[in-house]
Amino acid sequence: MGKAAIELRKVTKRFLTPTGTAFTAIRDLDLQVEAGEFCAVVGPTGCGKSTTLALISGLETPSAGEALVSGQPVRGVGRDVGYVFQQDAVFPWKSVLDNVATGPRFRGQPRAEAEKRARDWIARVGLAGFERYYPHQLSGGMRKRAALAQTLINEPRILLMDEPFSALDVQTRMLMENELLQLWSATGASVVFVTHDLEEAISLADRVVVITAGPGTVKGTYRVDLPRPRNLTEIRFQPEFARIYKEIWNDLRDEVLVSYERSKRSVA
Amino acid sequence: MSDDTAIDRARARARLNRRLLVNGLRILIAVVVLGSWELSTTWEVSPGNPLVDPFFVGKPSGIGRQLWTWIMEGTAQGPLWQQIAVTLEEAIIGFLIGVGLGVVFGFALGRVRLLADVFAPYIKALNAMPRVVLGSIFIITLGYGIQSKVALAVVLVFFVVFFNAFQGVREVDRVLLWNARILGASERQLSTSVIIPSALSWILASLHTSFGFALVGAVVGEYLGAIKGIGLVIATAQATFNPSGVWGAMFLLAVVALLAEVLMTRLEDRLIRWRPNTITDVQI
Repeated sequence: MGKAAIELRKVTKRFLTPTGTAFTAIRDLDLQVEAGEFCAVVGPTGCGKSTTLALISGLETPSAGEALVSGQPVRGVGRDVGYVFQQDAVFPWKSVLDNVATGPRFRGQPRAEAEKRARDWIARVGLAGFERYYPHQLSGGMRKRAALAQTLINEPRILLMDEPFSALDVQTRMLMENELLQLWSATGASVVFVTHDLEEAISLADRVVVITAGPGTVKGTYRVDLPRPRNLTEIRFQPEFARIYKEIWNDLRDEVLVSYERSKRSVA
Repeated sequence: MSDDTAIDRARARARLNRRLLVNGLRILIAVVVLGSWELSTTWEVSPGNPLVDPFFVGKPSGIGRQLWTWIMEGTAQGPLWQQIAVTLEEAIIGFLIGVGLGVVFGFALGRVRLLADVFAPYIKALNAMPRVVLGSIFIITLGYGIQSKVALAVVLVFFVVFFNAFQGVREVDRVLLWNARILGASERQLSTSVIIPSALSWILASLHTSFGFALVGAVVGEYLGAIKGIGLVIATAQATFNPSGVWGAMFLLAVVALLAEVLMTRLEDRLIRWRPNTITDVQI
């Protein structure tokens, strides 16, 4: 077996809340993602899924344990990492073209070169003709496309995605998922895709990791042996899909219920 | 089928009517206020005894005459345009320095937590003080010339801009900062391409109020002691019991402030074109 592209070893992350009390977002979490693997992480709300991504990216450091990328401990934000955020993260004061060209510009490419590559990526995510638009003039789905292009233009070997499509309507979402798979298959990047939607996780990933209700730790790992390339508009009707869904849901349901009971208690 | 052109035409007509109504009412208010002022100071209850004595409150026609005299013959301190120019010069220099310092300090304290923690009590203390009293100190140390007025304008402008710049830097969306860092931004690039653009709308919003403060600084400074300027014109009018002079100078200041406001709005529209169009139905 080759060296894992991403590895978390017994990682724990504790945060200080504004009121001064500490809480544990994730505890003793182990995770391995092979090179070129598409790994989906599912779990109930507030189980530390986003924290996991922040640790891999180097935006946060673990309180205990170790995060490794390509066998090297993570020290600050690495060059090989791409991160698609749940919220709108495109810069509202930049046009689509400038937004997509941001990464190459930050990394010192001359403007002409960066813009040429940006135009290419804008076309690849289907935004050709919208180069001069500002984010507020675009729909939510188009902003996500811009965010994808902005991330992928840096050709990340590690692609982290934090519920990127959760704000989109169901139809747009399925189209975006399909396009993500196409774009990804051309890059060979290792992906960690965080979502609370099990259907989305199974249709996209090679492997689904279930995280427990917070503090998050790995509850189970499931291989998804659906053939690629996948057509996401059809995949949900395959018997294999239903079988995997049922298997994982048995695990996930308990965690969702735990998290739900807790939220009820904290409200009461 | 509905007739689109008819609908559009009806809407255009409604909009025109509304504009006429608003402007008509505006003119009506001016006529009523100025008219009743003029009438109450002209109409005599008994011979030589008007309802309201214009000696104390002035009257619109008197103010008009006063402005005309100033324009044609100049003020006691020299030509009118010179007074306006001096006050404007003080206000603009003070404004520019104040904005510059405010942005630099706001940015530095917004970015460096230690600086913010250390300077916080001093800035709060200075801000709580009625800063106009500093004018007296400035007159003593800097003299009757332009410097003391500029200094007062700087102090007044600084705090407005400083707090806005500070807040603007602090309120930068964390996700945008993260995204920039992931995309490869250095600390400097983080400042120039995320924090400054993001704080810019806060800073620009403060410029509207702060030019008003610059004018206050210049005029109050002149009022406390000066050789030239609108503030001095007001002080002189007050000393000679000339209400028309005070009103006339105030009118001039209002015109200057309004012009500055128009320029500022233009600048803002230019600099933050990326912002979604806010509904500008009501503009105050």
